[in-house]
Amino acid sequence: MATLFELGEAENLMAREVAGNFPDARGRFGPYGGRYVPETLVPAHERLEAGVKRWLRDPAFVAELEDQLATWAGRPTALTYAPSLSSRWGAEIYLKREDLAHTGAHKINNAIGQALLAKRLGAKRIVAETGAGQHGVATAAACARLGLPCTVYMGAIDCERQAPNVGRMKLLGATVVPVTNGDQTLRSAIDEAMRDWVSDPNGTYYLLGSAVGPHPYPYLVRELQSVIGRESKAQMMRQTGGLPDAVFACVGGGSNSIGMFYPFVADRGVELIGLEAGGRGPALGDNSATLTLGRPGVLQGSYSMLLQDADGQIQETHSVSAGLDYPGVGPEHSLLMSIGRVRYESATDDEALAALSECSQQEGILSAIETAHAFVGARRYAAAHRGSKILVCLSGRGDKDMPTLQKTLLKGQL
Amino acid sequence: MTSSVATHPRSHQAIGAAIQAAKARGEPAIVAFMTAGFPSPAHFQDDLRQVAEAADVVEIGVPFTDPMADGMTIQRASHVALSQGVSLAWILEQLTSMAPRPKAPLLLMSYLNPLLAFGLDRLPAAARDAGVSGFIVPDLPFEECADMKAALSAEGVGLVQMVSPVTPDDRLATLCAAGQGFIYAVTMTGTTGKSVAVPEEVIAYLDRVTACSTIPVCAGFGIRDRQQVLRLKDHVAGVVVGSALVEVLERREDPAAFINRLRGA
Repeated sequence: MATLFELGEAENLMAREVAGNFPDARGRFGPYGGRYVPETLVPAHERLEAGVKRWLRDPAFVAELEDQLATWAGRPTALTYAPSLSSRWGAEIYLKREDLAHTGAHKINNAIGQALLAKRLGAKRIVAETGAGQHGVATAAACARLGLPCTVYMGAIDCERQAPNVGRMKLLGATVVPVTNGDQTLRSAIDEAMRDWVSDPNGTYYLLGSAVGPHPYPYLVRELQSVIGRESKAQMMRQTGGLPDAVFACVGGGSNSIGMFYPFVADRGVELIGLEAGGRGPALGDNSATLTLGRPGVLQGSYSMLLQDADGQIQETHSVSAGLDYPGVGPEHSLLMSIGRVRYESATDDEALAALSECSQQEGILSAIETAHAFVGARRYAAAHRGSKILVCLSGRGDKDMPTLQKTLLKGQL
Repeated sequence: MTSSVATHPRSHQAIGAAIQAAKARGEPAIVAFMTAGFPSPAHFQDDLRQVAEAADVVEIGVPFTDPMADGMTIQRASHVALSQGVSLAWILEQLTSMAPRPKAPLLLMSYLNPLLAFGLDRLPAAARDAGVSGFIVPDLPFEECADMKAALSAEGVGLVQMVSPVTPDDRLATLCAAGQGFIYAVTMTGTTGKSVAVPEEVIAYLDRVTACSTIPVCAGFGIRDRQQVLRLKDHVAGVVVGSALVEVLERREDPAAFINRLRGA
């Protein structure tokens, strides 16, 4: 934001972000982040923070996580050159294939990591929220793998539009609770998971799926998802001999994007661009473009950009993709935008669906609708930077979107 | 009413004084919660006047779209109030224009974001002018409250501190020392509105809080009937009654009669 630049703060914050100083001791990324939770949950967050400090760098924990990622979750995922998109868009396009990770999206990186942590912290049961259902499926799978009972809260609207994932969660042994109050999407699911956690803060572990929420979640999720960016960097060097000119990822809460971007933050020559859901257009309620159109405030435990009205009431959002349909965003993204390190744009529902169709037909990869927003950004960039080298985070596969795709791209067919 | 209430009607000391005055009469103080503008904005001033006539302190809920710490009753009340256009600005206007002023000291219960959107620069003076003595902000824990507390205290408006059964002893001492008005002792882990049987360990916890605090302690979450008030009577200075009163107002029953039943009157 302009004020930060006027204060000369941006370069200072950039230096601290590059040096890995965020979050600070108060769980802040510059002015953003923090821990705005009811008193009943404060001790649980303090225990979680202590647990993260104790275990995240512990050699035995790291070894166990790496083994699960390699032998169960299918990492490293491939970096795929996209010859057809490259030739159509006039740039070199590379796709980081998180759709190939177990359960079909990047969400598994975080779910298995936190489930291992929950075990070490003595959790008796896991609760989680889910929007598109990918985090719910990943959590259900990780809990099955580690023998932890799992309850997933999912908005009733999302249960309908991501029906295949509801069945998957059940088959993986999880209890799925449709949330019928509030906006019946991801935000209500988080509220309800928090209410569950507040009822049993000692025995329950809340396995949050995005880089949002109170400290230490934004940090914990970033650390577990950064495997995406680390692998991508090494693969770009090995397969192309250098770093990309620009990196694209879609941003809802912002977990695949922070995981992809964070390892590139210090590489100032690499442009980082996040794509939000532009929905039906820029009017309040028609989109989920939080960074592009929001103002700072506190929702669900952290100070970050928000889609809200003048009275501070949180706005209903819209996106064709359930995973991006959220009025908040992770606090580190708010920092990265305010210091100018990451640029955020939006792609509309129609643009995303067209891009999904193009990638599917040209490269034989049916991506999630969330991911397709990132393709839109990459295509725009390619048009302005012919011959550039572009990396796109292909965050997940599109099977779960079939109910929506039947009603949109396949309308009138079959 | 004690003389300090009369001489400092707007300062947060008025809250503690009103609670202690009730306690001195031999009954726990009743801190009555109502969601502003529920069931109807048109009845807000009348409802408030009646509640303030019967209760010792009134806690007015500012509706929010995401009431994370609240159960079904207050969630529903919040959404209905919002759909009828209730906002913090509207509530403050209503309170400022009320004549005569409500009899009991007033608190606003609000999640943080509506307060931030109103502006921490404007809020303390606007609250003072509306006769608000204090705030309860359920998603503002002690570690994040310094700016809010400093801003409010410039106008003599207090910030109530909540404690919970899972608050460790050393933290409890910090929170009790920081509290203003009264200490809001949440009786259970969980959200508002569910009836609480008040088991022995809750009584022991409330005794710990009372021993720790130099200002009155009020128990809240799940208090609905006279039996519970009797059980809590010798362990706290007051009780907060929320969801049950909201339901009484929703059914358009007499709130004063309900509050008097809680008092055994």
